[in-house]
Amino acid sequence: MNIVVAIKHIPSIADDLPVKGNNVDFDSVDFVLNEFDEQSIEQAVLVKEAVGGTVTVVGVDLIGELDNVLHLALAKGADKAVKVTADEPGADSHQQAKWLAEAIKGMSPDIVFAGVQASNDLDGQIGPMIAAYLDMPYIGGVSSVEAAEGTAIVTKEFAGGNAGKYSVSLPIVVGVQAAPKPPRYAPVSKVRQVAQTATIEKISPSADGAGAGLSMKKMAPPVVTGHAEMFTGSSKEVAAKIVELLKSKGLA
Amino acid sequence: MAVKYEKVKAVEKEHAVVDGVDVSGHWNRMFEQRVIFEYTPELIEKVASIPNAESFANCYQCAKCVAVCPVDVVGNYGPRKLYRYAQTGTDLTEAPELWLCTTCANCLRVCPKEVNMVKIMPAAREQAILDGKFVPPELQQAFENTAKSGNPLGQPQRKRDAWIQNAGVPIPIIKDLGRPVDVLWYVGSYPSYHPRGIDAASAAARIFTALGIDFAVLGKEEKDDADSQRLAGEKGLFEMMAEHNIATFNSYEWKELVVTGPHELNAFKNVYPKYGFERPVLHYTTFLARYLDQLKPLLKHEVNVKVTYHDPCYLGRHNGEYEAPRKLLEAIPGVELVEMSRNRENGYCCGGGGGGMWMDSFTAKHTKMRLSEKRAMEAASTGANVLAVACPFEVSRFEDAVKSTGNEHVTVNDILELLDRSMRGEQ
Ligand code: SF4
Ligand code: SF4
Repeated sequence: MNIVVAIKHIPSIADDLPVKGNNVDFDSVDFVLNEFDEQSIEQAVLVKEAVGGTVTVVGVDLIGELDNVLHLALAKGADKAVKVTADEPGADSHQQAKWLAEAIKGMSPDIVFAGVQASNDLDGQIGPMIAAYLDMPYIGGVSSVEAAEGTAIVTKEFAGGNAGKYSVSLPIVVGVQAAPKPPRYAPVSKVRQVAQTATIEKISPSADGAGAGLSMKKMAPPVVTGHAEMFTGSSKEVAAKIVELLKSKGLA
Repeated sequence: MAVKYEKVKAVEKEHAVVDGVDVSGHWNRMFEQRVIFEYTPELIEKVASIPNAESFANCYQCAKCVAVCPVDVVGNYGPRKLYRYAQTGTDLTEAPELWLCTTCANCLRVCPKEVNMVKIMPAAREQAILDGKFVPPELQQAFENTAKSGNPLGQPQRKRDAWIQNAGVPIPIIKDLGRPVDVLWYVGSYPSYHPRGIDAASAAARIFTALGIDFAVLGKEEKDDADSQRLAGEKGLFEMMAEHNIATFNSYEWKELVVTGPHELNAFKNVYPKYGFERPVLHYTTFLARYLDQLKPLLKHEVNVKVTYHDPCYLGRHNGEYEAPRKLLEAIPGVELVEMSRNRENGYCCGGGGGGMWMDSFTAKHTKMRLSEKRAMEAASTGANVLAVACPFEVSRFEDAVKSTGNEHVTVNDILELLDRSMRGEQ
């Protein structure tokens, strides 16, 4: 089975996001792998382990640091890594989807996995747009995939804890909400070994603009309103105050 | 064919008559020859065949270790028991027991056969990690944080020296200073990022300054020592951090390296030499004890508390420092020092070593109570109102533990904080 995972490198929100002009100050922020893509890589490797095949991970290199992420994916069980060398930290999801689709096109994939969304824009567009560019169907909000020759059983999550099982025919693009198992750990020794031996295929981005057509007018940290009241005292006193507060709000 | 290991049943006789006396009952085994051939050596060999874990096979079941193992106090543990579990069908590389040892080394102290869990555990854990076996998720997170951000808390590297702003004294960063110093102070991850660690680091900075010590810190160039990650099985991660830290240490001129934490002491003093770094390294207690004569006149304010001191495993048993912390505490006017029953060589582990720091919820599922809670109760039973510590892992661990065991009247303080309070008075 030919499995492709499209990933996204995004600014880390472990720290305050510094703003410069009308966007994030990309020079003073760390980039990390989108957490839904971590799930997506795990799901891809699980499918490979179940039915055999190869996993190719492909991402857009926005700041020249994607190699670390690709090495990690290879150490976790991916077989090939490809990067689109864009060097455009502000590229939006529409533009990235186009570049990714162009890179994936020649790979004739059976399944393309993409994280269902990413925490920088939360627009969930990468998967559906890749599907549109490649003229493949899309299913999102997926929490498990069992693939077989030409078909797959896909579990999709709905609100209220409901889930639906779909039988889909391949090829397909799948937006991963969560893998059925927590992402595996890649030991550092293995990642470093991979980093020394792996070759990452480079693809130049096409020049056609495919952005969402939106332009950012202003970006600013949220204005702090209200305040938190800190209760002090022994745990009994604090507990009493919390109960008091809940009662006063009609919650207890 | 894969070997299937089954738990061996004790050989007992429903009825046994020895010399005409009926000795029926579960205890009658002692009157019969022990059947030992049913026990399997494979799973013992499986552990002992891992490089550095060989001594696992040395155990002759004398049980001295069980009496001193801190995990056995709150569960069912110790090298003798682990050996026995392996003998009766437990594959240690897949069992939860693999993750419970804190590498506190109390068993090694008493073991006549030198069964060394401080080597066995990291080796067996590393094997499990490389083989893709179960790793407690919280521990995995700490590993990933360390690899990604240079500290197990997952805080950004460029904020590592942010605490310096509020320390109340100027703290020189060696890169900016541009000249050799007497003391390079390795602050450590928790003192750099954790609010209670920052309290201790700030106190240290004020004490060093008051003593006129020529010191500097590495600031943003400092990364975690990763010694506990190594003991939890991530040797590759440790090596990656060691390469960075050694290169950084070597790029500046200094006479002594002083560390805030015992785990850092252990890494730099005992493990880094294997990687080519052999320089003088001191824990802050050892370092400050040297300055006692200059320090005493600075300790102007009485701190009227009854203090009991918790020996960190990696300062005490692993590195032999028991007296310096006590001397510092006794130098503080007003302090009355009382000892817990388990102290010095037999000090009880806080549960934070060997990666235990990042496995609290996992460990809680396999023990009756946290080790830190057991120790907090022991501290409270001395009548002390301050539990003094000298390891940055411990303040937050014990602060949680005094609360969860109903001993809030016991305050947890790093020795640095108590010295600082005596120096400056209540703030
Ligand atoms: S003290 Fe040593 S020899 Fe004795 S039971 Fe424990 S590990 Fe085995
Ligand atoms: S090192 Fe400490 S925790 Fe581990 S088995 Fe020995 S006594 Fe128990």
